[in-house]
Amino acid sequence: MTALPEATHRKLGLVIDLDICVGCHACAVNCKEWNTGGYGAPLADIDAYGAEPEGTWLNRIHTFEVTPDTGPAQIVHFPKSCLHCEDAPCVTVCPTGASYKRAVDGIVLVNEDACMGCGLCAWACPYGARELDPLAGVMKKCTLCIDRIYNENLPEEDRVPACVRACPAGARHFGDIGDPDSEVSQLVSERGGYDLMPEQGTRPVNKYLPPRPRDRHERAPARLAALADPEAKGFLGWLDAALGALGRPG
Amino acid sequence: MADGTEPGPDLSPHVSDEVRRTTCYMCACRCGINVHLRDGRVRYIEGNRDHPVNRGVLCAKGSAGIMQQGSPARLRTPLKRTGPRGSGEFAEIGWDEALELAVSWLGPVRQENPRGLAFFTGRDQSQSLTSWWAQQFGTPNYAAHGGFCSVNMAAAGIYTLGGAFWEFGAPDWERTRLFMIFGVAEDHDSNPIKIGIGQLKSRGGRVIAVNPVRTGYSAVADEWVGITPGTDGLLILALVHELLRTGNVDVSYLARWTNAPWLVDRNPGETFGLFVRDAGGRPMVWDRATGQPQPFDAPGLQPELKGDFPNPAGGRATPVFELMARKYIEPELAPEAVASRCGLTAGRIRRLAAELAEAAFSEPVTIDQPWTDFRGEGHEGFTGRPVSFHAMRGISAHSNGFQTCRALHLLQLLLGAVETPGGFRFKPPYPKPVEAHPRPHRGVAVKGPLNGPHLGFPRAPADLAVDAGGAPTRIDKAFSWENPLSVHGLMHMVISNACAGDPYPVDVLFMYMANMAWNSSMNTAGVMEMLTAKDETGAYRIPKIIYSDAYSSEMVAYADLILPDTTYLERHDCISLLDRPICEPDAAADAIRWPVVEPDRDVRGFQSVLIDLGARLRLPGFVNDDGSARYRDYADYMVNHQRRPGVGPLAGFRGDGTAAGRGAPNPDQLRRYIENGGFWVEPVPEEARFMKPFNAAYQDWAVGMGFYDAPQPFVFQLYVEPVRRFQLAAEGHGDVQPPDHLRERIKAAFDPLPVWWQPFEEAMVDAGEFPLHAITQRPAAMYHSWGTQNAWLRQIHGRNPLYVHGSVMAAHGLKEGDWAWVTSHHGRIKVPVARMDALNPQTVWTWNAIGKREGAWALDPMAPETQKGFLLNHLIHELLPPKGDGLRWSNSDPVTGQAAWYDLRVRIEKAAPGAEISEPRLGRQKSPVGQGPKAVAYGEGW
Repeated sequence: MTALPEATHRKLGLVIDLDICVGCHACAVNCKEWNTGGYGAPLADIDAYGAEPEGTWLNRIHTFEVTPDTGPAQIVHFPKSCLHCEDAPCVTVCPTGASYKRAVDGIVLVNEDACMGCGLCAWACPYGARELDPLAGVMKKCTLCIDRIYNENLPEEDRVPACVRACPAGARHFGDIGDPDSEVSQLVSERGGYDLMPEQGTRPVNKYLPPRPRDRHERAPARLAALADPEAKGFLGWLDAALGALGRPG
Repeated sequence: MADGTEPGPDLSPHVSDEVRRTTCYMCACRCGINVHLRDGRVRYIEGNRDHPVNRGVLCAKGSAGIMQQGSPARLRTPLKRTGPRGSGEFAEIGWDEALELAVSWLGPVRQENPRGLAFFTGRDQSQSLTSWWAQQFGTPNYAAHGGFCSVNMAAAGIYTLGGAFWEFGAPDWERTRLFMIFGVAEDHDSNPIKIGIGQLKSRGGRVIAVNPVRTGYSAVADEWVGITPGTDGLLILALVHELLRTGNVDVSYLARWTNAPWLVDRNPGETFGLFVRDAGGRPMVWDRATGQPQPFDAPGLQPELKGDFPNPAGGRATPVFELMARKYIEPELAPEAVASRCGLTAGRIRRLAAELAEAAFSEPVTIDQPWTDFRGEGHEGFTGRPVSFHAMRGISAHSNGFQTCRALHLLQLLLGAVETPGGFRFKPPYPKPVEAHPRPHRGVAVKGPLNGPHLGFPRAPADLAVDAGGAPTRIDKAFSWENPLSVHGLMHMVISNACAGDPYPVDVLFMYMANMAWNSSMNTAGVMEMLTAKDETGAYRIPKIIYSDAYSSEMVAYADLILPDTTYLERHDCISLLDRPICEPDAAADAIRWPVVEPDRDVRGFQSVLIDLGARLRLPGFVNDDGSARYRDYADYMVNHQRRPGVGPLAGFRGDGTAAGRGAPNPDQLRRYIENGGFWVEPVPEEARFMKPFNAAYQDWAVGMGFYDAPQPFVFQLYVEPVRRFQLAAEGHGDVQPPDHLRERIKAAFDPLPVWWQPFEEAMVDAGEFPLHAITQRPAAMYHSWGTQNAWLRQIHGRNPLYVHGSVMAAHGLKEGDWAWVTSHHGRIKVPVARMDALNPQTVWTWNAIGKREGAWALDPMAPETQKGFLLNHLIHELLPPKGDGLRWSNSDPVTGQAAWYDLRVRIEKAAPGAEISEPRLGRQKSPVGQGPKAVAYGEGW
């Protein structure tokens, strides 16, 4: 068993906007690209050109079809990676202390030198956010790009997770969710950001912003009134008035 | 750790030894990328924050570039075929032998019969070079892939507005409030649209997606309109009907900036339907201030939009607006009349019209920026309509696509939403009216160049590429009466025409970067047969095939000589203003690629090879007077070639390095591009940023930049006179006449105002026998066949089920994971099915180009792409089913020849239990590059 810090100084995490995530996988592939050459062992791909290709990813995009009571079926794209939970069961279950949560920023990491690849943490994680690398035999997970966010070899504006840097739609935000004045906390507050599976009691740091309602037409456009009965004015009757109002350009 | 202390990971590890900035080529979007190199290898690719296209972001394809660079499918050396075509059996040869062989084939063709060469390029971003090479060679047979991509959109855009979407222009993302996107459009302008939609929605703007399938952008749309395929034009014209009926159109805009007031000749005869012109040829309007006809560009006009006026040439004349309004106010276009055909309700169509009207007219966007128009009149600012549109192949690839695209452009004009703040804005050097584009050229002179550019915009039947008897003069029959405005050529017809020797045989088929033996052809199995067909002597009907590709594609196996290309990180390229530029509405821009890593194989950039071949063949322009090569390679050409004095492939850093647009070649130019991040940007002056066709400041700036040599102001064309000229010919007027069997079709299709007709295939097949529409799209994370071999991307999209609506699944007793037979009038395929309800119920669809031929792309022959993947292409024929008139009609748009692959109709039935393997099976090709490694652990050791 490994202990969690009693509290963390900051709660760094991601806020993911499901309203504008188009499901393009940009975040997942850029994550893989950065991290396969970054923290710890590479993210291996087994049978890469074969019949059953299967690789290690720290972030995957799931696509769901949702059919509401009224209105047409909808598609929701749901990027999922480690949520850096405050009560992270993957840490407390770890028999070697390899999994740990950093007191300074709350990032949950795996110390690969101490990981024996038993897989208990992946079993304990209710989100399926950890993957055992098939070649290295160590547990891989989102590091929140810990080798980017403090990296003095990168320009300051690039010290964000790779997925945030890449996302074309701007659907991913990074910051201190423990600071109520941070931009990410403001977003969560304004948009009703929510925890994934709160009933699990893991207190995830990452938040999701829900999709805005789709296919709702309660508010009829004001212009509808103008559509009433213009034929009464005859063929293009409105045009004479419009042309008459056309002053000389100026 | 277990003892309570934390490890201290290295928080500032070394990232890379060097960052080289170049241009992505994982799709057609052409984003700027920062390539991090470590130990001579690519460590990481990220978006370039300074780049005008992607502004720092990068899509999944771009990030997977590392795997593309290390792909085992990369060709390694020139290859000469040793086995039968299609087998994939080759001998490796050196470049000297390869180039000598190519010259031994091409040289005699040029000397004796230049049209014996058919040179067609696929996803080519160097068309300004490849077309010029073909022109200097002298063959009339050149085009790129636009004919089966989106030529309807491009042609309709140029004839109507002077440009279309994507490379031509973009929504005013900063100011638009309502964005309406039609059809499949995922794969062009990929990152900018994602950026734009994200920004628009984040600030409360609204997105409406009109698409039979709710994926991607349609998934995040606030409203999804699940239209029935092929009916977009009908929906748009019903919206036009509503806007006209209710007076929700921008009358002032139409009167000043479109040809709405232009007088149309109504005198029966050869001028009927043409514009009334003054002695100088200027179209006339009826001016209510003077009560006289006046040239449209006179200052101070108060033009009439409706009425019946005396034609100065005698008889009567009517403004375009009245003709247009009368046409669209007809009850056949009322929402009630079209709704069920579109798969919508009339109320929904009316509400959409009202939403457009409200967005356009309730809260205009104004920018206080004085400007002067081409009539010399001053304006205090720009007033805009914050509603914008985007569409690409989804509405384009239908047999009614040209007129549907025209209808969409007309809708934008009625709303006053083109080139105004908040609407659709052009990217320099567009807009360019038809008059600023060349006509097509077909004048062959043996041993000399063609008499001008192959591709152009016909103004009248005299511009067609037909001989005195009306027969096509191009191998693809572009610019013939079958498809007069085929402005991008018809690459998809080349192989079948060459195989049939119709209109004539060719000796050498030379192709670049187009997987015609697989996913880039309709009727794939048929095309594979044509490529291997032999004549009575046992010789191949297409005698010699030269192909250049970077990867071991299906097409490689069907060529006789392979010229292996580099990857995009190993090459020089220019993203040129002469070609398909990367400008933004507020800036002109171009870019380069340069070798950020050196090839580790014996490969050469295709453009450099083409320049080498040009010199070896002594083509004009490619050799100096003494016969020596004029250009060392493509990089040298990019810097030193001048298309017009002072105007070359790259517009930036010319002359002494400070000149933009025009200037002498600068030997230091490429270094300057590299220092600047691989691109060059020149902002459009503030005063010139809107109303570009009419804006005197823009016109002057454009001339200064070298886009054209004199100001070319124009107004938008609701009514397209060149189209009417073809219709007039079909009505029997003029010297150049269509063949009688095409007369009625041309009369109907060449309407100078947008019209809708039922897609041809749908009209010809029995709707009971083929009740479903079948369409494809590319996933956002993959582009054509390149991506499917990518070790990372194939984990995301390695399988492509046929997505079927739940109601259709139930009706056919299908459940998830079942296999089904899908049958069209032409073919039958066996595919896995999956349920999807966010789908027009009469439509089935799949991801494009996932299916692979066994042995291609260095994949395991048993890979899911080959065993379970499939192409819909087998169901689509380049010809329509016979209709009993003794003729086979082309499955394409009758105006442009655009391949109508979204017109496909099918039926589906559950397959009996058995082998879960897709059909048809098309054999295995031997891989010239072996098979990829079992495991990849990229980054090991870092």
